[in-house]
Amino acid sequence: MTSRIGEAFSGAGRPLLVACLVAGDPSEEVSLELMREAESCGADIIELVMPHSDPVADGPVMQKAMQRALHAGTTPGTLFTLVREFRARSGTPVLVLTYANIVVQRGIESFYRDAAAAGADGIAVADAPLEEADPFCRAARESGIDQILFVSQTTSRERLEKIAAKASGFLYLVAVLGVTGDREKIDPRVIGILQAVKAVSTLPVVPGFGIGTAGQVREMVRAGADGVIAGSAIVREVERALNDPRGTREAVGAKVRELASALR
Amino acid sequence: MTDPSRFGVYGGQFVPETLMAALEELEHAFRTIVPKEEFQEEMRYYLHEYAGRKTPLTFCRNVSRDFGCRVYLKREDLLHSGAHKLNNALGQALLARFMGKRRLIAETGAGQHGVATAIAGAVLGMQVVVYMGDEDIERQALNVVRMKMLGAQVTPVSSGSRTLKDAINEALRDWVANVETTHYLIGSVVGPHPFPTMVRDFQTVIGTETREQVLEKEGRLPDAIVACVGGGSNAIGIFTPFLDEKTRLYGAEAGGEGPGGRHGATLCRGRPGVLHGAYSYLIQDAFGQILESHSISAGLDYPGVGPEHSFLRDCGRVSYYQVTDREALDAFFYLSRSEGIIPALESAHAVSLAERVASGLAKDDILVINLSGRGDKDVAQVAALAGDTL
Repeated sequence: MTSRIGEAFSGAGRPLLVACLVAGDPSEEVSLELMREAESCGADIIELVMPHSDPVADGPVMQKAMQRALHAGTTPGTLFTLVREFRARSGTPVLVLTYANIVVQRGIESFYRDAAAAGADGIAVADAPLEEADPFCRAARESGIDQILFVSQTTSRERLEKIAAKASGFLYLVAVLGVTGDREKIDPRVIGILQAVKAVSTLPVVPGFGIGTAGQVREMVRAGADGVIAGSAIVREVERALNDPRGTREAVGAKVRELASALR
Repeated sequence: MTDPSRFGVYGGQFVPETLMAALEELEHAFRTIVPKEEFQEEMRYYLHEYAGRKTPLTFCRNVSRDFGCRVYLKREDLLHSGAHKLNNALGQALLARFMGKRRLIAETGAGQHGVATAIAGAVLGMQVVVYMGDEDIERQALNVVRMKMLGAQVTPVSSGSRTLKDAINEALRDWVANVETTHYLIGSVVGPHPFPTMVRDFQTVIGTETREQVLEKEGRLPDAIVACVGGGSNAIGIFTPFLDEKTRLYGAEAGGEGPGGRHGATLCRGRPGVLHGAYSYLIQDAFGQILESHSISAGLDYPGVGPEHSFLRDCGRVSYYQVTDREALDAFFYLSRSEGIIPALESAHAVSLAERVASGLAKDDILVINLSGRGDKDVAQVAALAGDTL
């Protein structure tokens, strides 16, 4: 069975924009509006982050957003409600990204089952590499959703093959050596890695981390990316207009539109 | 086949993919370089000629009289730098140099591990950056100055609870970004595999010496050993050579403010989960968000614990108890005044628990306390707390 994420890549005929938002940032209500705004401005897949108190893979922009969301009382229940309400009106794929402990505390099977029931199409766990991925992959299979796995420029060819064999949906290519957040330039080594990943897998390869401008999106597409993931660049717009929900929506929409235009 | 990255169900490698290559490289180096005679010879030089091993096992006449059994202190407070942390810092720094890394990063809570890493970096000619929470920088000002004098750069961490947990987060983020040139010198038996095993092996010198010394002095093994547990490296170090013996083993956790209050008693009051690369007991809320810990001693103020301790707790081989801030402070003064030895506030937790353990021992029973560090770093804090009563 092809997943909604798989269909999005195969059916679009162009690279896709994965737009990332933090669930509950700055509030549950505004968060749902931002998901809808991102979709209407050209996001092909929504990546919704379930915040964690100790996000070791994330830079300052995402850290602050997660703190805001946790401060607003965000729990996995909030996340599933957001997905359910978004799904009620939309067929756009939703990917959930979080950290292992959030999933483990709910019970891995329960978390995946609840996510799938709410209408999520895939889950990525930032700190569950190949060595720890099995229980998560199993739960994803049983729940009928995709397990998105990460590859990076430090991943050996041997690991690439093993990761590609376990992943579904797409491969998330960590495009920088470092944490999430804007970078001035694309690391030139990413181009080589992209090719290496595509050589071992038929799954779409989608870089994320450090991609935040239309120029960087184009550069990744030229290098052969099947899509791009933009996180901090979008989430920063939330931070800019915190006390003004309409302003937040407009700012997020404008950023998504800018990035999406580079893919059309 | 047992999984070398696990202690029962605990441990593992819960890190971003970007770090896996570094962990594989480190594991390989640890397995192949450390056993080599060339490495062992260097290690012996640094531990014995430089750091001052072996440390004494002191029979304490006054404490023995008060506790009603034969009490020994393993004197890690007399190790160069003033705490056991240097055993591990020298081991890992030396390994990093064998691996061709030029830069060391470390996290520190009490500052002892930061100082130990700064010392190792200075003597081995390596650049050192130490991450330290804002709040710890304030309460451990003396150690911050020491690190700077030793040539290390101290980077304040203002995210989260601004303590040890957040310093580890920042060090991990630095490592992800500089993984090719940098070794992350973790200071306790925490983090992803191979760190808990590697740090244990470098700290086991404490227990190996203790075993030899007690056999020499008493002709038999001790009846009980007590050590404090934050991340748990000094405890694992002294426990390991006794795990297969009849010696009863006790870990003192930070009970903090006591029942109902804030604490750092991860094993006594926490629940298993994933933090900083390992599955182990944690202080967390119902949804898996990590909660802030509290202890009078910065070195025990950590919401996690080494995965091997989680295993030893569950299988019952080691008994873990809480010691409150107040009890630790009392033990701090007690040891200072009864034996003329000012313990680190961390080690004072072990002294306090030892008194409890001793109440169940006979006059000829042997009790060893791991005195993991000296208390010079804590005198300003204790003076402020004691106020006019000092």
